[in-house]
Amino acid sequence: MPRQIIIIGGGVGGTITANMLARQLRPHEAEITLIDSTGRHVYMPFWLYMPFNDSDPQSQLLVRDERTLLHQRVHLLIGQVEQIDVANHQVHVSQSSALEPASGKRESVLVYDDLVLATGARLAFADLPGLEEGPGVWHHFYDTEGALRLRQALSTFPGGRIVIAVAGIPYRCPPAPLEFTFLLDDWLRQHCLREHTVIEYLYPLPRVFTIERVAEMVAPLLEEREIATRVFFTPEAIDQQRRVIRSLEGEEVPFDLLILVPPHRGAQVIEASGLGDSQGWIPTDRHTLQVKGQEHVYALGDATDLPVPKSGSTAHFEARVLARRLVAAIRGEALEGDEGLYDGEVMCFLETGNRQATQLVFNYEHPPEPPRPSLFYHLEKQLLNHAYWHLIPQGLI
Amino acid sequence: MLEKPGEIQVDKEIDARGSFCPGPLMELIRGIRAIPVGGTLALLSSDPGSARDVPAWVQKAGHELLGAFPEQGYTRFVVRRKR
Repeated sequence: MPRQIIIIGGGVGGTITANMLARQLRPHEAEITLIDSTGRHVYMPFWLYMPFNDSDPQSQLLVRDERTLLHQRVHLLIGQVEQIDVANHQVHVSQSSALEPASGKRESVLVYDDLVLATGARLAFADLPGLEEGPGVWHHFYDTEGALRLRQALSTFPGGRIVIAVAGIPYRCPPAPLEFTFLLDDWLRQHCLREHTVIEYLYPLPRVFTIERVAEMVAPLLEEREIATRVFFTPEAIDQQRRVIRSLEGEEVPFDLLILVPPHRGAQVIEASGLGDSQGWIPTDRHTLQVKGQEHVYALGDATDLPVPKSGSTAHFEARVLARRLVAAIRGEALEGDEGLYDGEVMCFLETGNRQATQLVFNYEHPPEPPRPSLFYHLEKQLLNHAYWHLIPQGLI
Repeated sequence: MLEKPGEIQVDKEIDARGSFCPGPLMELIRGIRAIPVGGTLALLSSDPGSARDVPAWVQKAGHELLGAFPEQGYTRFVVRRKR
């Protein structure tokens, strides 16, 4: 009997894991099923650029059918996972029939031998008072709709005070609010609005970025561009009437336009199944990626509680390690040295505006040594934005 | 005077050992919301960065640091919520 491997989530981590397993394992060794709620694969880094360009929300650079990215041996099940029952190795999925919507939802129960949780993060607007009233004067670029609304808001922005803030840590793609700030500065200059605009960047930590060396490199760049910064600012509430954002530390900052990285939590199903911590992140072994206390259950990508960035790059490196580990386990092969162990490897870019970027490469042991921002890294990032679709989900690099 | 860590009774203790920057500071910020004004909280951190970040945040946020007590391989920070 082939082993039943179920992967929940068709993001970067889930898709790469599924494809690598399908390529390496024979049909008699394992049957691989990937469950995704939408069946659409989104390249989230694209959202950062959308407020500043006129790209189509249906662009092939943003979204494609998950099926087209999966190895033919991976079964794709489009449905909502309602419950994960680790005690009985079961996953409960509900699917609404596209052909007969009136027939309601169909429930099915799948049984696994090995389970991979690639359930990602979700935006938790309810976690910050003032956000739920709907996007009026505050904006974000953490989904397609948000990025498009922000584009609209910028197109009619006459100048004034723009505040960029981060609701809490962790959030997806740590460099994104900094990158957004630099790209915004470029955009305002191109539209002759910069001299009529004050930009203020707020961050919860005592510096402008999570990693100290990167913060030290970026702070002078912000200053050069006359972007004001305020650290130790943990948003507590937004008063949309008065257009102010208040912090837990007791400060109040006024704005005309607020761009906020929304609060993040782990997936609903993780919380509903009792598999997460108080924020819904899955307690995960930092090297083996096994869910703590659960044999045959693994987690990767944004879903984990690991002290690494929630980013596609993290999921990418983790997926390669996890696939190796699962193949070895199924074949009864021994892993040698650091094979099949995740060392915290991450590689990402940080756009610093003016068609320049720097690169962050690091792991658990070694912090990044970001090179001076240059056109080279900016072009490399642009290349990745295109090449992604042909190389990364497939697990080719 | 409160000198020995064992003598300080706290309302809540957060064990952030083994989590690294910004983990312990974020745990403290989250944790302080969960205790009443006047309550005390202990944060255990093995991250060397906490020695600087925790006192700086406590001062900025207007709370009170009752002490930072070195233990075997970690530090126990005791904070009183003031507002």
